[in-house]
Amino acid sequence: MQNPGVEYFAQNDLPFLRSFDTAIIVNACGSSIDEYVELCKILNTLDIDGVELNLSCPNVKEGCMAFGNTYEGVKKVTEEVRKVLDKPLFVKLTPNVTDIASIAKAVEDAGADGVSLINTLLGMKIDIDKKRPVLANNTGGLSGPAIKPVAVRMVYQVSQAVNIPILGMGGIVNGDDAIEFMLAGAQAISIGAGNFIDPYTSVKTVIGIEDYMKKYNIDDINNIVGTVQMN
Amino acid sequence: MPELLLAELVNKQQLKKDLFKFSIKAPNIVKNSKPGNFVEIRVSEQTEPFLRRPISIYNLDRENGILEFIFQVKGKGTEILSKKEVGSSIDVVGPLGYGTFKYEEYQNIAIIGGGIGIFPLYELAKCAKNNNKNVNTYIGFRNQELVVLEEEFKQVSNNLVLTTDDGSYGKKGFAINFLEEDINKEKIDSIFACGPLPMLKAVQKLAAEKNIPCQISLEEKMACGLGVCLGCAVKTASSPKDSPEYLHVCKAGPVFNSKDVEI
Repeated sequence: MQNPGVEYFAQNDLPFLRSFDTAIIVNACGSSIDEYVELCKILNTLDIDGVELNLSCPNVKEGCMAFGNTYEGVKKVTEEVRKVLDKPLFVKLTPNVTDIASIAKAVEDAGADGVSLINTLLGMKIDIDKKRPVLANNTGGLSGPAIKPVAVRMVYQVSQAVNIPILGMGGIVNGDDAIEFMLAGAQAISIGAGNFIDPYTSVKTVIGIEDYMKKYNIDDINNIVGTVQMN
Repeated sequence: MPELLLAELVNKQQLKKDLFKFSIKAPNIVKNSKPGNFVEIRVSEQTEPFLRRPISIYNLDRENGILEFIFQVKGKGTEILSKKEVGSSIDVVGPLGYGTFKYEEYQNIAIIGGGIGIFPLYELAKCAKNNNKNVNTYIGFRNQELVVLEEEFKQVSNNLVLTTDDGSYGKKGFAINFLEEDINKEKIDSIFACGPLPMLKAVQKLAAEKNIPCQISLEEKMACGLGVCLGCAVKTASSPKDSPEYLHVCKAGPVFNSKDVEI
């Protein structure tokens, strides 16, 4: 995946991130099991708070995605990484599968501490004048509010299948979105694309969650996790 | 440091059927901007269309803190933007891009642009002229109908050559042909370019052949404009074939030394 690599991260980005009073979870991607293991050996020595394995990036021609599609693939790579990583380990799942719950089960069975979902949905846009795909790679990851209903559904399905914590994401841009994910079963939430349109999205989301708690007299936000009542 | 601002739209001008000039009040962004910088604009409070639109800066009125940009209506986002009314606010982040036009060390500069790529060159020409540089400007359009800002560019150039591909206005041919003719005559010591890719490639090649320093401003689709999403990658010229290395138009650019990138 396109980035300057772990050595660069350790020397340049990490000191900057450490200047803030917050936990640092590193998203790690490789193109073979050996590469994931090598990378996580290095990450294990760094001053970070956890690792999120990226088994699911559709924006590169080869790599991550191959591991994310099957129970066996996810279990194998997670197990190998678990052997070398003492820090909290999350595994981020691709939604481009038939049965998300079984993939999440592989993460739990392999001994990870939590599961993150969802990554982007594989999409394609065609320029109808040029009659060509807009993206140089032809297809790419669709993110943002467009994918939120898919993400909420998958968080719910995974919450019914595993007992490890769920980090929910996919189109969250405000507190209401975050609450939806938590009701579906997410213990924590992440924001990606939302930061691109408004750098204050995370702050506004926290405020929105607090407003919801006040409205329904909720003392502890953990009390709402997974409390959606199905029709 | 870029700033997030709800800037008042103080003036709006329709230059062509699909071309708009907006003037917004953004004193801090203006103060921190250099020729070549761009801004990211959120056209709607709704989440559709979702991402901000990267738009280059046309003119910086430093005295009044007014930033001007010109955009073409291309799709849903720019369509919504074009309907904003004077007095409303524009949600803008800027200035963006560390790679800006560096003209200070040169004397006889050539500025070449094509089509809607000429907009970010105006502020450069203006600054260079104000700093007593000899500004030779070459702007090309497909035909007379698309010609825009002739008078404005004349004001900020010592020598302006305007071309159309079909000869319906100005000189017939491509702007680069006239630039090439002038290189020796005007003792051109630097080239600054923005425009369609074929033009940029030709300029890049010409600059390499004549061994003239050249800076080109690249355009890319961008999700964030902040160096985070990595969507606007451009290959470095020094990349080994089997392991490409990238720079990002939003962060290292949008202006690059033409020797540094493979376009």
